Amino acid sequence: MSHLNPFVTFLLLNILKLAVVLVLTLTAVAYTVLLERKVLGRMQNRWGPSRVGPFGLLQPLADGIKLFLKEDLLPFASDRPLFIVAPIIALTCSLVSIAVVPFGALQTITVNGVGVDIFNVANVNIGLLVVLGITSIGVYGIALSGWSSNNKFALLGSLRATSQMISYELALGLSLVGVVLRAGSLNLRDIVASQSAHGAASWNVFGGFQFVAFFIYLMAAYAETNRSPFDLPEAESELVAGYHTEYSSMKFAMFFMAEYANMITVACVATLLFFGGPSSPFGNLIPAFGGPVIQAILPIMWFILKVLCFLLLYIWVRGTMPRFRYDQLMAFGWKVLLPIAMVNILVTSLVLALRG
Amino acid sequence: MQLALFLIFGGLAIAGAINLLLQKHPINSALSLVVVMMSLAVLYWSLGAEFLAAAQVIVYSGAIMVLFVFVIMLLNAGEEEHTHGSRAAYIAGFPGAAAIFCVLSFVFLTESKHLGSANLGGQLSQASNNIAEISSVLFTKLLLPFEVTSILILVAILGAVVLARKEQ
Amino acid sequence: MSAQVPIAYYLILAAILFSTGVAAFLIKRNIITIFMSIELMLNAVNLTFVAFAHMWHQVQGQIFVFFVMVVAAAEAAVGLAIIIAIFRSRQTLNVDQINLLKN
Repeated sequence: MSHLNPFVTFLLLNILKLAVVLVLTLTAVAYTVLLERKVLGRMQNRWGPSRVGPFGLLQPLADGIKLFLKEDLLPFASDRPLFIVAPIIALTCSLVSIAVVPFGALQTITVNGVGVDIFNVANVNIGLLVVLGITSIGVYGIALSGWSSNNKFALLGSLRATSQMISYELALGLSLVGVVLRAGSLNLRDIVASQSAHGAASWNVFGGFQFVAFFIYLMAAYAETNRSPFDLPEAESELVAGYHTEYSSMKFAMFFMAEYANMITVACVATLLFFGGPSSPFGNLIPAFGGPVIQAILPIMWFILKVLCFLLLYIWVRGTMPRFRYDQLMAFGWKVLLPIAMVNILVTSLVLALRG
Repeated sequence: MQLALFLIFGGLAIAGAINLLLQKHPINSALSLVVVMMSLAVLYWSLGAEFLAAAQVIVYSGAIMVLFVFVIMLLNAGEEEHTHGSRAAYIAGFPGAAAIFCVLSFVFLTESKHLGSANLGGQLSQASNNIAEISSVLFTKLLLPFEVTSILILVAILGAVVLARKEQ
Repeated sequence: MSAQVPIAYYLILAAILFSTGVAAFLIKRNIITIFMSIELMLNAVNLTFVAFAHMWHQVQGQIFVFFVMVVAAAEAAVGLAIIIAIFRSRQTLNVDQINLLKN
């Protein structure tokens, strides 16, 4: 290894990190689908998938093989290049933002003179803005899929999705300003550090009095990921399947994976910004135990636990809430969430300014 | 590194701009403009303007261009047809654009020595944080222009609502 | 590895983008595409601002780009609303047929 120069070492280590995180994320996506089917099944008093493997644990594999082997249809009147590019944009944008998420405590190892943070793919100064930017690019995948299918249901679904996502992006962005004001940084590690001092008492959602912002974020995130109760773009009772009506086989699977990967990203960001990220909810109350390895793994466990709670909340809401009407959705975004978000920014900045 | 980034993303930007010129369908032109904007964001980042790079992605490609694509989809705009007006535009357009390019690049090349060169990273005076510096100047020295632009946006929102509303 | 790039190259890139924008503005007949070429020209000018900000080690150039972006966003909102209003009354996006003031 020692014959490599620092740049090549850095590059190789980063590619390795990327590959590991990508594989883990895709596995997590597959099992989130299974989790949703299982939990939703139990909520509706049925079993959910239970035939493939023990407890249905191999179901994602079976689904993947089924989708992969299906015929890949290209509608005759579709805009071919855009039709193929659209699902790729959707999936890529939903996976890229995982790269800035720190999923463990800062742990630097030095290989060949190059220090590498092993629990974070890219520690960027503007991490939060990167996540927001990538989310806003993801709109193109959905908009183009509806346009290129040349199908009225798909076009209506994608028009709905686009306007919904543009509208709720405002509320989403504004709800995060309070957190940024408190942390004084856009770096996700700094934001986590600003709320890890006293465990759960210093989390933004409790100690930071950002629960209003958290509520807005939660609502906007449901709308951004096109999930129930805001899943109008794919309302099957009105629009067949919405923007992915004409998609089949792997292209459909890409949209499906993009939706769940977006869910995971949104859950990660909520955990980082409002629930202290990988820091322990007990803060310094529990003295450090075990060796350095346990101390390195424990934050990851906390992080995964918090993200899992969010995913369960998502599924719970889907099992409980009826779908909104479209005008209700728009009115809620513009007339309720946006003003509350602005008031939240005003109050937060006033309090911070008065406290000095 | 700086040179590689410049060559790759500058090339992409030029390809996108020329594609915008050549494509017949407005949605293809819009998408090539998105490519230009994303590659410009990378160039901004390589010039040490990381906040602007993020703002470019969020505001330009994430909001403005999405609006363009949305309007194209909403109006179901077809391919553009050629009229006798466009032939005159061809005759005036290409030489005019070429003349502007020649003048600009002549000036830049003659002044090249005084302009110096760029290297990677944040090189703004002493501060390590680009965003902190931008915000401190923006909210102290340039507070009035900032407030004026916010009023401009408010007026623009109202104007857009009034213009796009169906008449009863 | 850390090869430097002359600022002039960035400016020439901006010049190429700007003149492509001018050409597209003159040649295109679709009003939305014309509007997009204005955005392209604005972007080219923004690149020169960032390059000069880098050259002088000053942050003011970047702030000016910030203002340009804000104004461009406002302009896009109003401009697209106007385009929708025109399309409602004339059923076309071709600038040669939008000649109400001529007759």
